[in-house]
Amino acid sequence: MNLLSLIFIVSASLIFTGIVIRTKSIFSGRKGPGIFQPLKDIFRLLKKGSVYSKTSSYIFQIAPTIYFVSILIGIFFIPFGNQQGIISFKGDFVFFAYVLALGKFFMIISALDTGSSFSGMGASREALFSLLVEPAFFMLMASFALLTGHTSFHEIFSSLHFGSYISYAVGILAAIVLVIIALIENSRMPVDDPKTHLELTMVHEVMVLDNSGFDLGIIQYASSLKFAMYGAIIANFFLTPGYEWYFSCAIFAGSQVIFAIIVGIVESFMARFRMNHNPQYIFTLTSVTLLIFLGVLLILGKIG
Amino acid sequence: MTISIKNNQTIPIQSIPVLKYEDFLSVNLSLLQDASSHCVNYYGLFEAGIIKLICCIANDSDHTVLISSSEIIGGENIYPSFTAQHFSFHIFERELHENFGIRYNDHPWLKPVRYPYDHANQESLISNYPFYQIHSEELHEVGVGPIHAGIIEPGHFRFICSGEQIIHLEIQLGYQHRGIEQLFIHKKKLLQRISLAESIAGDSVAGHTTAFINLWESLCNYHPSEELQFSRTLAMELERIAIHTGDLSGICTDIAYQLGSAVFGRLRTPIINFFQSWCGNRLAKGLLRVVKNNYYFNEKLGLELENILDSFESDYIEMWNKFHELPSILARLEKTGVLTTEAAASIGVVGMIAKASGIKRDIRNSHPHDYYTQLKHEPVIKHHGDVYSRTQIRNEEIRQSISYIRNMIQTIPIRNNAEESIGPLQKNSFTLSLAEGWRGEICHCAVTDDNGELIHYKIKDPSMHNWLGLALAVRNNEISDFPICNKSFNLSYCGHDL
Repeated sequence: MNLLSLIFIVSASLIFTGIVIRTKSIFSGRKGPGIFQPLKDIFRLLKKGSVYSKTSSYIFQIAPTIYFVSILIGIFFIPFGNQQGIISFKGDFVFFAYVLALGKFFMIISALDTGSSFSGMGASREALFSLLVEPAFFMLMASFALLTGHTSFHEIFSSLHFGSYISYAVGILAAIVLVIIALIENSRMPVDDPKTHLELTMVHEVMVLDNSGFDLGIIQYASSLKFAMYGAIIANFFLTPGYEWYFSCAIFAGSQVIFAIIVGIVESFMARFRMNHNPQYIFTLTSVTLLIFLGVLLILGKIG
Repeated sequence: MTISIKNNQTIPIQSIPVLKYEDFLSVNLSLLQDASSHCVNYYGLFEAGIIKLICCIANDSDHTVLISSSEIIGGENIYPSFTAQHFSFHIFERELHENFGIRYNDHPWLKPVRYPYDHANQESLISNYPFYQIHSEELHEVGVGPIHAGIIEPGHFRFICSGEQIIHLEIQLGYQHRGIEQLFIHKKKLLQRISLAESIAGDSVAGHTTAFINLWESLCNYHPSEELQFSRTLAMELERIAIHTGDLSGICTDIAYQLGSAVFGRLRTPIINFFQSWCGNRLAKGLLRVVKNNYYFNEKLGLELENILDSFESDYIEMWNKFHELPSILARLEKTGVLTTEAAASIGVVGMIAKASGIKRDIRNSHPHDYYTQLKHEPVIKHHGDVYSRTQIRNEEIRQSISYIRNMIQTIPIRNNAEESIGPLQKNSFTLSLAEGWRGEICHCAVTDDNGELIHYKIKDPSMHNWLGLALAVRNNEISDFPICNKSFNLSYCGHDL
């Protein structure tokens, strides 16, 4: 049964990007590609071989795989309601964060490895933004650890229940923060524009500009997985223990779809931020998590 | 000291005063003391070992162009440059230096322009061009091009950045040099020549063709009928609406505003499709001809255009209202890529870019031709010189053009059925033709010999001046804002490279 969350996340990842693209198409007045088109593109890439530049080293060749595996391992920690994930131990959310960071670190050094001036700029931006997101994620998780008295994903989510008005506010804030973290970590709008063809403005896209074929395929699939993984964390807020399993499945699927549609709407109706406004924006996130922390203290009666 | 002509006026070449180089320099520079004057063209003709320099200074307030010339022998002689005293001459003197090897003692940077096959210094090649460098531990260089990742044309951009901030941008063009000016001499048929004029810049077909036609008809001493003037002006204004709307879509794409990109992109289509139903080509190629009008703009087309404009305008205004109220868009466009009025005036930018930086420079107003003499055009001026100003200029010009077109099609001139023929070119003559394309001032100049044959043709696209404006505007901006600045200028590579 521990495999449950892995299975659900993988199946959500298959359609997630498709839903985002479809939403954007509909809002711009187009029919848009089918839901499975991104997946078909990934399959097409996986069947191809990769091309490596003579100037790049083995780092460039192993980085995509490490990145993919890091996200897969991250998914192992995500519980499904009160079903725990494949791996679970005390303090696993710290491990989770740094496994993802490890994958990202390899992508950054592989971008530097290409020697392209574009990739270097992209890598530096990605490193900066990830660095700024980190406090927000830890503040958030630490607040819930404090609230529930547990330190693993599974225990936090299975003992989390909303009772007072403040706890609802905390829950909503946490969901918002997680959506924004997911958008930043996945290099989506408004921080990064996955559709742009302008190297000078890219963040994540420019780092993988030199990757091709199989490598590019797994990088793209890893992005879908990462989205579905964050979707699953958000869904876990609403998966209250005690419901029937089919009810939980519906909530899970519903929150993934809503999450994807929100991403699509954000990308349709606003312009991207100027690059030097991004750090401010990400810092704002940290201050929102401070509010959550305050809310938790209120619930616990430590202040007020 | 100079001869004063109107736009599209032919004069005998002998009537242009020939001055000593020192006088030539001081006369022209003193003309530019007046803020309403700017240099529309300055170039050289090589004839029997002598380089004849011709300088054309337009005076916007009294609607004249002042022409003067000087004859020099290049070679080892060293001359003082115009550029040292007025920076707007930099591109003209770089071109003179490149073509004829004229040596200047105080020109700040004789950077090659477009590497024509017969340029003076055959050792200087586009492949071994030494880019400007700054040596420092803190700075890094980013090279973009010459193959552009998008669909547009080749040009190399070399940025020197401190982190994300652009310290210096060098733009190297010339990859697309086709020798158009020479082809005008070699191709003897009028149809070949007009096809050439249509291909100077693919996005300014109506603008360049109108400039060529006006020049040619003036050289033949022919005065176009109202019907011909009407279709030329209509084509130019339609082109302006189409390209400006497309640019707004491009600006939205660059800031990842999907709705605007989709809607403005869609709105451009009916306008260029109207060209298709008018003349069978969406870019208006084949529409404008010397002396004749193959595609008469009849009442039916007028009605069709009116319907198109009705549905265009309502959607356009709705989209623009959304666009200019969205904070995330304003945050990207305002105070980005500022070209100050002083900088704009010193480098002599023209057209939309000049108007966005607070300089009133519009041929439709200052040297009107064709129907513009009746339209009494008043240019739109903005003062901030940022990307948002350039966006606003586009918006207001679109609306202005729509109202002009609506007025024009109220009274469509009657078709002139008489078969008209055109006489031979006037001998030993000089003509200058100015037209305001959507991008800005287009200048064509021609000289004929004593057999009435074209011996020299000179084209100046608005991009010639404005490229430097882009390089200055992006300084101290973030490198990630370069694409949006570039889009807001939307300059032509082939128009510059010729």
